[in-house]
Amino acid sequence: MPDFLLNALLAGLALALVAGPLGSFVVWRRMAYFGDTLSHAALFGVALGLLLDISPTLAVTLGCVLLAVILVLLQQRQPLASDTLLGILAHSTLSLGLVTLSFMRDVRIDLMGYLFGDLLAVSPTDLAWILGGSALVLALLVPLWRPLLSITVHEELAKVEGLPVMAIRLALMLLIAIVIAVAMKIVGVLLITSLLIIPAAAAQRHARTPEQMAVSASLLGMLAVCAGLALSWFMDTPAGPSIVVSAAALFLLSFIWPARR
Amino acid sequence: MNEPLVRLKAVQVRFNGQRVLKDADLQVDAGEIVTLIGPNGAGKTTLVRVVLGLLKADAGSLWRKPGLRIGYMPQKLQVDATLPLSVERFLRLVPGVVRDSARAALAEVGAERVIDRPLQKISGGELQRVLLARALLRQPALLVLDEPVQGVDAAGQVELYQLITRLRERYGCGVLMVSHDLHLVMNSTDRVVCLNQHVCCSGHPAQVSHDPAFIELFGRETGLALYQHHHDHRHDLHGRILPPCLSHTQDIPHKHA
Repeated sequence: MPDFLLNALLAGLALALVAGPLGSFVVWRRMAYFGDTLSHAALFGVALGLLLDISPTLAVTLGCVLLAVILVLLQQRQPLASDTLLGILAHSTLSLGLVTLSFMRDVRIDLMGYLFGDLLAVSPTDLAWILGGSALVLALLVPLWRPLLSITVHEELAKVEGLPVMAIRLALMLLIAIVIAVAMKIVGVLLITSLLIIPAAAAQRHARTPEQMAVSASLLGMLAVCAGLALSWFMDTPAGPSIVVSAAALFLLSFIWPARR
Repeated sequence: MNEPLVRLKAVQVRFNGQRVLKDADLQVDAGEIVTLIGPNGAGKTTLVRVVLGLLKADAGSLWRKPGLRIGYMPQKLQVDATLPLSVERFLRLVPGVVRDSARAALAEVGAERVIDRPLQKISGGELQRVLLARALLRQPALLVLDEPVQGVDAAGQVELYQLITRLRERYGCGVLMVSHDLHLVMNSTDRVVCLNQHVCCSGHPAQVSHDPAFIELFGRETGLALYQHHHDHRHDLHGRILPPCLSHTQDIPHKHA
């Protein structure tokens, strides 16, 4: 196997592994549109990273966290519904990113790569970032698992029972932000949420516990990465979209598979 | 027994400049059942949220017994249908709970048979009992129940209130609950606090039902179970009193029961 393909495979598998449990929370908490908004904002983060000359992964994570805070503040201060706000933020940050990038004429960037991912161009440095980010997310998820489930079931009950609800919510946003920063190289800002929600949605019908759903989502995501890369290798299709197409196919298959309950 | 668990003094809460609570006092003692009663929008839930620490009062003071453990039963629970969560797993979200203690708590509230069912597929009455079981698993010194009988049929409501009284006797915990119906809670409450943005009146349920402030708020019919209502007139569809000539087509003297 050529090095670039091995890098791509490892990067994709690492992402799918963490996207399973995190994507399950995105589905349970109905945050799909929120994830979409964060990933659109990631492009603005890239532009800022280039402007300030800091690591794009770091810039994207910071940008996503900043956006999450702005969103919470806006939700509290005015009457527009969350989906309206998310729509405004998603597209204005995406456009802001594109406009900012267009000012930087001396910086050559591959816009298509940022929008749809460039998995086959993952460098060893990129791979180190991706593996490190995924490991960090997994390590944080373990102690956060039960508190996250508690606030997903009922936030106020969790608060009365003594959980720091705001901190846990922020932690979840931070984890999603890290995953988006990691996933950008793999599937691009326009397709990131699909890797979070499609495997989780596919796993949902056959899971009987939250953990089962999270683990099966990881496995289905990893299967989609392998299938997508194979498709890309043999049919010469773009890698990111091929992975998403494979995930969508698995989602459709989950309906054919007989449900156990 | 008379040690206070929570004490609220002159609590005031505003939402968007509108006053929801004004000068509300409330105290719940250990082993005492206190029922908050009042019309819609009276601020019952708001007051409960202040007690729970979910809402900060704009003015006034809140004192809680140090280390007070509260078991809270929320008004409703909506868990997304995509979250595969059994009743057992829901109860085990409370730290330290294992299957045996979850089962024991369910047996206590008479809902043992739903232990392996998905949380979203049990009936309203079963869900209320499961929520009560979860509140008990915290081994609370104070139980806070917001409309505990919502969505439960009439027979089930009586049963639930009896259960709450039994649990108080068994665990010696104080109970603060919200209700909109005094005659249902008459027998299972020690003290009624009648709320309409401020505390109108409070005391023993039989006393409160005769209080002029209570009658003004609820009228006689809704508040007092024993009150016999004798009609000497008839109403039209709008509730207006009809003149006798219209309501009585025949001129035969008679009485309404």
